[in-house]
Amino acid sequence: MRVFERPKMLKDKVFHYCPGCTHGIVHRLVAEIIEEMEIRERTVGVCPVGCAVLAYDYLDIDMQEASHGRAPAVATGIKRVLPDRVVFTYQGDGDLAAIGMTETVHTAARGEPLTVIFINNAIYGMTNGQMAPTTLLGQRTQTTPYGRNAAKEGYPIKVCEMLATLDGPSYIARVSVGSYKSILNARKVLREAFRRQIEENAYALVEVLSTCPTNWSMKPRDAMDWIENEMQETFPVGIFKE
Amino acid sequence: MAEVIIDRERCKGCLLCASFCPKQLFTLSDKFNSSGYYPVEIKEMEKCSGCAVCATVCPDVAITAVDR
Repeated sequence: MRVFERPKMLKDKVFHYCPGCTHGIVHRLVAEIIEEMEIRERTVGVCPVGCAVLAYDYLDIDMQEASHGRAPAVATGIKRVLPDRVVFTYQGDGDLAAIGMTETVHTAARGEPLTVIFINNAIYGMTNGQMAPTTLLGQRTQTTPYGRNAAKEGYPIKVCEMLATLDGPSYIARVSVGSYKSILNARKVLREAFRRQIEENAYALVEVLSTCPTNWSMKPRDAMDWIENEMQETFPVGIFKE
Repeated sequence: MAEVIIDRERCKGCLLCASFCPKQLFTLSDKFNSSGYYPVEIKEMEKCSGCAVCATVCPDVAITAVDR
């Protein structure tokens, strides 16, 4: 008996992600949930610009590529034209919290029935590690070589806390994939986010604290521990709106 | 008997599985795969309990866990 196997929804392709990057884990969780809920034939995913730009190469469902930051706007269009589809966006922190902040906030404020998966790794991964809106204070990046300084670069944006003040969203949660237990919890929360859209026709956003071992200059396991020990002090895990 | 099957071509040798394995069974292979990574391998498979923790944390979904 197979106790764990690769979801059939993942194409037979090797991920282009760096060794130890947790994007792969989140892709797998999304694939498992869609298979489990039996919505594969009516799900449409919207890809971001960033490391996950090639997610359409890995998930064997209908996918649409959006321009930088515009995934929620594109997803709104898809959902309004095809209301019977399950529509989700998969975005990184540069995409969702920097260039796409307007779309993110207004889509949430309108309470569009979408599921937004927000990968927060506190850095720009694809462009080699510049400061992101979610970079922690004191964190070294290519553009903050002495650590992020609040006086110069401002404070990290807490997307979940901010969106939870709006009336539109139905479910806002932050999870982590920094340990075995956290991954199991992330799966539960992501499933709930999809359920909200399908059963309650409501907006749900799940922020996933994810690693970037290459640009953090850490070994993959150290990066996972850094999420659990350091990152969660600024970005506490939990459900902010339910 | 429990067993894990490692897809050598998918594995990038990040060693997350090795660090999470409760029995510390994983080691790096000394032969690289076609991408140039040294994949992980298990020499003492009979010690594996099939908990699938390695498969759950594998970012490249390269591990299948079997219980027979």
